[in-house]
Amino acid sequence: MGISETYTRGRELAVTRPGSVLLGLVGVVLLFDLLVSLATGAQSLSGVGSLVWDGLMRGLVVGLAGVGLSMTYSILNFANFAHGDYITAGAFSGWATTYLIAGLGRADVGALLLVGASGSVFGGTLGIGVTGTPVAVVAGIVVAGISTVLLALLIDRTVFKPIRDEDGITLLITSVGVAFALRYLMQFVFSSSVRGTTAQPPSLSLYLVDGAVRINAHDIALVVVAGSLMLGVHLLLQLTKLGKAMRAMADNEDLAQITGIPTERVVRAVWVVGGGLTGVAGYIFILWKGTLGFNDGWLLLLLIFAAVILGGIGSIYGAIVGGLAIGLTASLSVIWIPSSFSRAAAFFVMIVLLLVKPEGLFSGRSTA
Amino acid sequence: MSVRDDLAARIPGGDTGLILSILLIMYAAYVLVGVGLGYSLRGQFNTIAVLTFYIAVFAMLALALNLHWGYTGLFNIGIVGFMAIGIYVMAFVSKPLYQPGGAAQVGGLGLPIIVGMIAGTVAAALVGLVVALPALRLRADYLAIVTIAMSEIVRFSFLSGELQQFRLFGERVGFGGGSGLILDFTNPLEAFFGFFGLWDAYLGFVDSFQVLVPNNPKPVVDGLVYGVVLLVFVAAFYWLLKRTGESPFGRVLKAIREDEDVANSLGKNTNRFKIKAFMLGCALMGLAGILWLMTSGAVTPNFFRPRITFFVWIALIIGGAGSNTGSVLGGAVFAALLYQGPRYLKNLIDAALPNASAPSGFGPAIAPLVSNVDPTPLLLYTIDSIRQLQLVFMGLVLIWLMHNRPEGMLGHRKETAAGIPLTASQARDKTAETDGGTTGGEADE
Amino acid sequence: MSDVPSSAGGEIDTDEPDGAAGVPDADDAESGSLDLGAGGPDVGEPYPLEVENLRKSFGGITAVDDASFSVERGSLTGLIGPNGAGKSTTFNLITGMLQPDAGSVTFDGEEITGETPHAIANRGLVRTFQIARELQEMTVLENMMLAPKFQRGEALWRSVTPGFRDDVIEQESELLERVWAVLEFFEIDHIAEEYAGNLSGGQRKLLELARALLTDPDMLLLDEPFAGVNPSLERRLLDHIHELREQGYTFLLVEHDMDLIMENCERVIVLHQGQVLTEGSPDEIQANEEVIEAYLGGNV
Repeated sequence: MGISETYTRGRELAVTRPGSVLLGLVGVVLLFDLLVSLATGAQSLSGVGSLVWDGLMRGLVVGLAGVGLSMTYSILNFANFAHGDYITAGAFSGWATTYLIAGLGRADVGALLLVGASGSVFGGTLGIGVTGTPVAVVAGIVVAGISTVLLALLIDRTVFKPIRDEDGITLLITSVGVAFALRYLMQFVFSSSVRGTTAQPPSLSLYLVDGAVRINAHDIALVVVAGSLMLGVHLLLQLTKLGKAMRAMADNEDLAQITGIPTERVVRAVWVVGGGLTGVAGYIFILWKGTLGFNDGWLLLLLIFAAVILGGIGSIYGAIVGGLAIGLTASLSVIWIPSSFSRAAAFFVMIVLLLVKPEGLFSGRSTA
Repeated sequence: MSVRDDLAARIPGGDTGLILSILLIMYAAYVLVGVGLGYSLRGQFNTIAVLTFYIAVFAMLALALNLHWGYTGLFNIGIVGFMAIGIYVMAFVSKPLYQPGGAAQVGGLGLPIIVGMIAGTVAAALVGLVVALPALRLRADYLAIVTIAMSEIVRFSFLSGELQQFRLFGERVGFGGGSGLILDFTNPLEAFFGFFGLWDAYLGFVDSFQVLVPNNPKPVVDGLVYGVVLLVFVAAFYWLLKRTGESPFGRVLKAIREDEDVANSLGKNTNRFKIKAFMLGCALMGLAGILWLMTSGAVTPNFFRPRITFFVWIALIIGGAGSNTGSVLGGAVFAALLYQGPRYLKNLIDAALPNASAPSGFGPAIAPLVSNVDPTPLLLYTIDSIRQLQLVFMGLVLIWLMHNRPEGMLGHRKETAAGIPLTASQARDKTAETDGGTTGGEADE
Repeated sequence: MSDVPSSAGGEIDTDEPDGAAGVPDADDAESGSLDLGAGGPDVGEPYPLEVENLRKSFGGITAVDDASFSVERGSLTGLIGPNGAGKSTTFNLITGMLQPDAGSVTFDGEEITGETPHAIANRGLVRTFQIARELQEMTVLENMMLAPKFQRGEALWRSVTPGFRDDVIEQESELLERVWAVLEFFEIDHIAEEYAGNLSGGQRKLLELARALLTDPDMLLLDEPFAGVNPSLERRLLDHIHELREQGYTFLLVEHDMDLIMENCERVIVLHQGQVLTEGSPDEIQANEEVIEAYLGGNV
């Protein structure tokens, strides 16, 4: 009895939701392949473990930055293509601060403020890191967040507000203009060099069956910062009146339509919360990866879009989960496909998702 | 902006006249500036050749994008991906067979250039089909994300080591990976003229050019002639797209852009129309990519960054989406003023101030301003960095346009989507009817 | 005002050998009717449209609940019901814009449930929209030229290739003639070159109807086509709808103007809360207590 019921339900599922079934099958095949290669020794468990860790880290960054994008997308109704450059802007402002504090007296102020453009000063030399220069790092995080908030508000006031009523495509195109202006201004000021920003942080090795997974202090810093921020956002959304308003606006399209254009207060809140998270995400991303260049945010943008779409536009928790999923996809994909295609894999997942279930995973549920 | 319309209306020759006049003005400006700063004749010719080149490629790309966006409402920001496919496939097909010891790491299939061009164009159309089939039913911003993701996937693919080199039909071929492909096929001009048996005539023409440009005039003449060839292609694109737009097919496209449900409810299979329009546009983008890079010595994947896609968008918006004439104008204005213009300016200033050395970074540039109120280093640094600042400027121009004139120069002008002029006089003229039918009349130039 | 002069048909069927050019509104061919060309509707099944057990739910709300009815050929059948009764949803289900959860739709004897809107429209079942959806950035003429079927120029290659384009141009001229005739009939020929976005509400309705007629349908589903149209033109239009009926065209009409329905429709179907409450002649419906209650009984 149980079997035939399962069978009928299975058939029903295959007919009504062939896409999901196919995805499920693909997942099973990949998992099987992984288990086989683990068994034969082609992959080591610790290797996979490192990949998982790496994917989670990347995913946290993407997720954190994605929250802001998800909110703008759903409440302001456009895809902000300048979002990546907000990340970079946050990173530069935060790191300039960190360099300044860490290097004061030891190097030229100008070079510090330009975050060591063109090799004028090196983060490694200054011993920058969360353990080496904690004050500088914390200050950097704070400045990154605040400056991105200010930047986002400024850009909203000058660029997006005058055309608030226009359709999403107009706003999207405009945001491309903002992206250009912002990114190449940063290149003009901070130069095109990619600089190493940190000294080697202390790390420890976790033994996992057949090898070690290295975890360093910056990984921990990323988890701590991202985790606490996400917790903060969660509390904001659940406990405060503003949070409730934001959830309502993001969840309930009908409500948004009835009340018309969202009030400026909610809009400001979106940029403040979103901008703050984005700026910190930018800073902490650079702390974790150890290098900084003017293109870093832009290169992350498509992955962030993938995460936001996966999680469902407007869903804050969806953005976070989506981020983790995308990070893991990009990271773990090297098990099965050549590494040059790992980013392509994440994009491919996003494309498939847009075609199959564009509302994302968390659609229909509340933002909170 | 009726003053503008009046002016535009008063230029003889209609749309073609408008395009030519604006082109003429820009050329004149470039030449005058060059004269003013003592450019040699060689330099002037080169300037004109380069300007023509960029005007032509951006005009072609804007025309193709206009078909997608202006007519059909398809928001394609993967343009650069289709360009890449065009030139890479063409190179793959037309590069000579691999010879060890040469500069080229991989060879191609050794087929004639025209075959390669067709292959590249068709390949771009096919990839367009692959993208279109699932994605065209997506709403505009989702389609945008899919297309840009696809163009990045294309770039990653050409960058990858896996496709760098492999064997096909026993020959060593490949896409060159990160170091790119050397385009060691015959010079396209030579292939073209040779095909008509005019190669010697062409060389003779080059020699006669020595009157104007004494040393080695060939590169200069090649550049100018290639520019002319590209302009011919622009005219061909324009002709093709004008016919496409001014027809029942174009009419359905416009209807799809306005309200796809209505088109469907009138019995039009909108999916099929969208797919065809998308494929045609992608083919043209592939061809434009081929024409852009065919005469370069080499092609690398990192040339095909989304930034070029956005250049084309800016060109289209400047000119006015929905108008073919606007697309050409937009391409021309973008190339002359936003793309090539600032670089030209920089060359001129460099020529004018040969001893000025710009500071190497923003820091050294701004320090004197802060300490001694000396703006010169900053100024020099700014001019030196014009390639970056012109991009900032483009961003600002785009923002300004979307705020103040989203329809661009000619977007407000709606080109009627019909094969004949839709006027009253024909239908009302009963006598004409009994004379045996009204004359349809071609609506193209 | 006598009737509209007829225009050329879909094929090259220009002037009947009349040539009485001086007479205004001269009837060149058919007497007093609007010739839509291509020979009139298919005369086939007695009930071209049959709807059975149609159901559609949105979330928790059942918009159409087990509705069944049929429309007789050559009739002007009314579909009425209070707001929210499910009339527009029913239209959407019939024309393929929505997929029903259950039930079937049969047109001219063939099942069309689940077909795409364009396929259904090509079968000759065409609808107009309640909120007129004119194509704003296109002129009235362009809107109209869009509608006719079998336009050879809709094949891209034909429109572009030098020899074949002439053929397309020729067809464009023919279509233009038909378009002008219909525009004149609807008395909107004076605004033919206006952008549809600039039209008044009533003019848009007329354009909507005119455009639908140009597709040469067998059956038309009209969703409140007369809202905003002036009474005398409304009268003329109804006269011509009746004439078209006599030629075999079938109409299913949604309207809120009860007088119009009662005066013009032979049969009326009443929807209420997604179900077919009843159907019958106008007199029967007017006397029906359930119907009266449905309208008065609390539905906004």
